Amino acid sequence: MADEATARRGGTASTATPNPTEAAGSTQVLPAAPARAGRRGTRPGLRKGLEIAFFVTPALVVFLGFVVWPVVKAIQYSLYNWRGYGPMVDFVGLKNFTYVLGNTVFQGALSHNLIIMVLSIAIQLPLGLGIALLLNRKIRGRNLLRTLVFVPWVLSEVVTGVIWRQMLQADYGLLDTLLGSIGIPTPQQGFLGDTSYALAAVMVVLTWKYLGLAIVLFLAGLAGVPEELNEAAQIDGASWWQIQRRVTIPLLGPTVRTWIFLSMIGSIQVFDMVWILTGGGPAESTNTMATFLYSWGVDRNLIGVASAASVILFVIALVFALTYQRLVLRRDAIDYVPRKARKAATR
Amino acid sequence: MSAMTQSRAPESYTPDRPRKADGAGRGNIFVYLIAALVVAFTLGPVLYGVLAGFRTNTDLSRNPSGWPEVFTFDNYKNILTGDRFWGYAFNSTMIALITTAIVVVAGLMAAYPLARYQFRLREPLYLVFVMGLLFPVAVAVIPLFIMISNDLGWGDTWWGVALPQAAFALPTTIIILRPFLQALPKELEEAALIDGASRIGFFWRILLPLSGPGMVTVGVLAFVGSWNAYLLPLLLLRNDSIKTLPLGVADFSTRYATDMVGVFAYTSLAMIPALIFFLSLQNKIVNGLQGAVKG
Repeated sequence: MADEATARRGGTASTATPNPTEAAGSTQVLPAAPARAGRRGTRPGLRKGLEIAFFVTPALVVFLGFVVWPVVKAIQYSLYNWRGYGPMVDFVGLKNFTYVLGNTVFQGALSHNLIIMVLSIAIQLPLGLGIALLLNRKIRGRNLLRTLVFVPWVLSEVVTGVIWRQMLQADYGLLDTLLGSIGIPTPQQGFLGDTSYALAAVMVVLTWKYLGLAIVLFLAGLAGVPEELNEAAQIDGASWWQIQRRVTIPLLGPTVRTWIFLSMIGSIQVFDMVWILTGGGPAESTNTMATFLYSWGVDRNLIGVASAASVILFVIALVFALTYQRLVLRRDAIDYVPRKARKAATR
Repeated sequence: MSAMTQSRAPESYTPDRPRKADGAGRGNIFVYLIAALVVAFTLGPVLYGVLAGFRTNTDLSRNPSGWPEVFTFDNYKNILTGDRFWGYAFNSTMIALITTAIVVVAGLMAAYPLARYQFRLREPLYLVFVMGLLFPVAVAVIPLFIMISNDLGWGDTWWGVALPQAAFALPTTIIILRPFLQALPKELEEAALIDGASRIGFFWRILLPLSGPGMVTVGVLAFVGSWNAYLLPLLLLRNDSIKTLPLGVADFSTRYATDMVGVFAYTSLAMIPALIFFLSLQNKIVNGLQGAVKG
């Protein structure tokens, strides 16, 4: 049943894709029409090529120049011992990589990234799904609720981080005084200043910031679940919980799986929130790979080491993304198969 | 599966079942309770910050978790009349506008042939842009810093930040816009071409006006991203006169760390434009995210 549901959902999500491909395929006939080409007096192929180049060039130049080229440069820098000025001549091979991988601070940072990734999903998925299912019921003020839940996501990481840092301050912060008033002891340096609590505190703030996105995305996915299915299940005598478990949640599969993907990629590159809240401390206990490469690259000018760290970050992100794509997302991308088949057919 | 077939049996109960499952029964109080908790957790910190901005430091330190005894506009007034805040806000606005303009224009132009032309390199080209999703900004920041600040000399300029931001926003933009453009009826194109319009004329006079909703969606997303961005501006904008609002907030909060109410007031002011702008376009943002998710 779940598979059937997924198939159906995948179908609705992608109705726009296969058909227009066909449409584009048939319009192709037009520019090649001899009348037009003759009138213009140019070779249709050349003209079409120039048009395509005209349209694609700006985006391609910006993208290649400011996304692809820097990544290529990062790979180059990672092979040199270089401090960012003067000629880059001290080729050290993979030495920066062995240094970074053997560095305990980086190992800690990597493990923090993985902890953030796992906990983000483990906390936000059940919470987000539960809240989305509840808010999806016909209750008063539903639209207002959706808007309010979205607020933290709209705020910048910096604003969020600063507000929370103030609230988590030792002694004078909101949380310390609240807990103190009911007799719960708090760490002396505050939650963000204590090595055993800092990462957990960061995790709380990250949850606050991003739970709204999960809820809003899940709610949007729920809006796509046809009302008739719920009605049919109700008529069959299914309880509310049964409907959610057997009908709604399986239909939400693609949305959930994509959200997990976004959450994973986001967790690997966390920087802003950690940098504002703790700066990676205390005693390196909240570093992430991104804060590592910032503090080594920018603060200490060790461009080679920082670049090696960024290449490692890139490879990890890529491996996670491709593995997840292959193992999990592929079954949502049902439209991919027909599209490829169609393309092969037109050739 | 089995639960459903089992519960199919008591047919006689069906009349009152649907109402119960609709949530009109006693379960509703529970739902409202959860909703109230969620709202309290969500809005609590924001409201606390705004409220604390109206207090004085002595009042706040005497009773951080209590209701304010003193109510003053001074903190907000000081920040709004200080020269820095408006400068930061202006820089944020300009960088976000430039980023959005580049993303929308270049993105729409690129999405057009990728959606409506048939050529051999179309899918590989599309894949190049899609792969961009897997390039985290963090990977590129160090080389971008060297390239923009040292090689190009664009450090401390609006363009220097806007261009890389736009570049990183392009993949999502193209992924959202391509199906959007594909969905426009082909008859439009045929009619225009028969009437003697060139492809570029068609793009300019017909596709562009019709793409309004799609452009608003990707534009809003690009604006959100730029307005909230921290890492790239942190690296590229070193001079105080060119810094953006997030940098201003971060600077203020460390420079005047002891002035807690001032920091609260500053952050509260910094989030107002974002809240107004984004919440009024909330549906566009959600649609855009969904579009990116489906693409």
